[in-house]
Amino acid sequence: MIQAEMAEMADAGYTTADGRKIGGIVMEMKNITLRFGGVVAIKDISFDIREGEIRAIIGPNGAGKSSMLNVINGFYHPQEGDIFFHGKKRRSLKPYQIAEQGTARTFQNIALFKGMSTLDNIMTGRITHMKTNLLDQMLWWRSAEAEEVANREVVERIIDFLEIQAIRKTPVGRLPYGLQKRVELGRALAAEPKLLLLDEPMAGMNVEEKEDMSRFILDVNDEFGTTIALIEHDMGVVMDIADRVVVMDYGKKIGDGTPSEVRANQAVIDAYLGVAHD
Amino acid sequence: MSAEFYFGVEVFLNGLMAGVMYSLVALGFVLIFKASGIFNYAQGVMALFAALTLVGFQNGQIPFAHLINAIFGTELHHFGWHMPAFLAIVCTLLVMIAFAYIVEFLILKHLVNQEPIILFMATIGLAYFMEGFGDLMWGSDIKKLDVGIPQGGNFWLEENTAFLGGDNFYGFYLDNLDIVAAILAVFLVSGLVAFSQYTKTGRALRAVADDHQAALSVGISLRTIWVIVWSIAGFVALIAGIMWGTKSGVQFSLSLIALKALPVLMLGGFTSIPGAIIGGLLIGVGEKMFEFLIGAPYLGGATENWFAYMLALLFLVFRPQGLFGEKIIERV
Repeated sequence: MIQAEMAEMADAGYTTADGRKIGGIVMEMKNITLRFGGVVAIKDISFDIREGEIRAIIGPNGAGKSSMLNVINGFYHPQEGDIFFHGKKRRSLKPYQIAEQGTARTFQNIALFKGMSTLDNIMTGRITHMKTNLLDQMLWWRSAEAEEVANREVVERIIDFLEIQAIRKTPVGRLPYGLQKRVELGRALAAEPKLLLLDEPMAGMNVEEKEDMSRFILDVNDEFGTTIALIEHDMGVVMDIADRVVVMDYGKKIGDGTPSEVRANQAVIDAYLGVAHD
Repeated sequence: MSAEFYFGVEVFLNGLMAGVMYSLVALGFVLIFKASGIFNYAQGVMALFAALTLVGFQNGQIPFAHLINAIFGTELHHFGWHMPAFLAIVCTLLVMIAFAYIVEFLILKHLVNQEPIILFMATIGLAYFMEGFGDLMWGSDIKKLDVGIPQGGNFWLEENTAFLGGDNFYGFYLDNLDIVAAILAVFLVSGLVAFSQYTKTGRALRAVADDHQAALSVGISLRTIWVIVWSIAGFVALIAGIMWGTKSGVQFSLSLIALKALPVLMLGGFTSIPGAIIGGLLIGVGEKMFEFLIGAPYLGGATENWFAYMLALLFLVFRPQGLFGEKIIERV
């Protein structure tokens, strides 16, 4: 066991082209297979996510990308394969337990609490950091109040960071799509996650909104050192912001490497552009 | 002003008070419906069960005495002590919390992600089970409940308003019990609203009501939330059980007050706590005033039995989401 940890320490990451230091392996997926009845959504996939990197998962529709994220996040439990978190094998956990371990996520089809204000939505992201018990909260004792205030400060900083001060009190159901995406990112950030999972953060956005979102993702990674795994369709964006890319097609991994490596990979080109069948 | 006018005012006030009692029951429905999308048919029976348990504790009844006697041929019925009202209420509350755990563990846990109609059917089953279980545990005789809430007309109010309407008017008659119920309801609702707005768990409750998956992803355990919600609903049922039990005795018909909560929910909307209160008041006032102004003089009376349902029907046709419910807009 100690030897394995030593080996991992020795394998202490790499430096990116723009000079960011990438650390050791945070999460490792080993031979993951996920089936729904007879349908195989993920076939024997292995890859790792390193500390501080932006790891993209790309692939055509139905390739199993979202399923992969759901496996990491605990919504799905793979039939085969193991997940290692910080070198330790992760047992089968519920999504809320995985959230408690420091994994936050956003969803492809925004999953905000629509009736609640922006502020309240982002406050829910702090739940894993709030420890007062029910009785304290009911009687509104000092500990509960102090905790509420302290967490509120964190949330206000995130609101500043994402430049959404103007919509703090607006019920999120009334916000335009691009802003909802941003609030959802805020809620995930509020958890101060060690690993941030983003499921198509830029889907359905216009160019300007995409640029904003890319900037926020890069800033989060840069300022807080958050490890990010994201799914994205827009190849341009992926090539710009990702450090390493996993390419999936029909539930299988067909490529893994830096954006330029992946772009040169024949299997990837075939999957995206199609191959002539004789 | 004529005495007739003051009679009208009195009817109005009594309507408000009756409305408070309806609201207390409706509140329990709204809490559970908001957090889990379940229409809890058992809410009325929960009130009955809470009241039975409270009386049982107060009088030192031995639970399942009939059953034990039947099996072992013993002659048990009472422990022989009387519990103070406050202690009995606390003990009953603990029982209701235990009940919430059991419901979650035996029923809800296994029905996650099922259709609402299936959950509804489950609560019907639960209602009838609890009814029988309550009988078995505490006996089926009609019991008197007294936790020290004053009852009968409020003399102070009567004496100080008697001068208003001349010789034929003897002052407003309001039952003390109803006044206590109204005050309790105000505290209960403001407490619940504050709790759901300003605490972590309150936000978690609202989050679960909105989106289960998102709630899970931020680290909320659905099962914990459900236990909390059912416990709070149990607490509200206890309050309703105390008020109704004090008013009309603890008996089986208590569970039927749940039916009166239905039109209240139609008016107030299934998802709004203030809506449950205002809906209750509207129904209470509406049925009393309708009886006073139209029912008794022109329709031969007894309109209170159906007025609330007619009103609910009109609302269903013209404003299905209720007064305060969230309007459902499907984007196409």
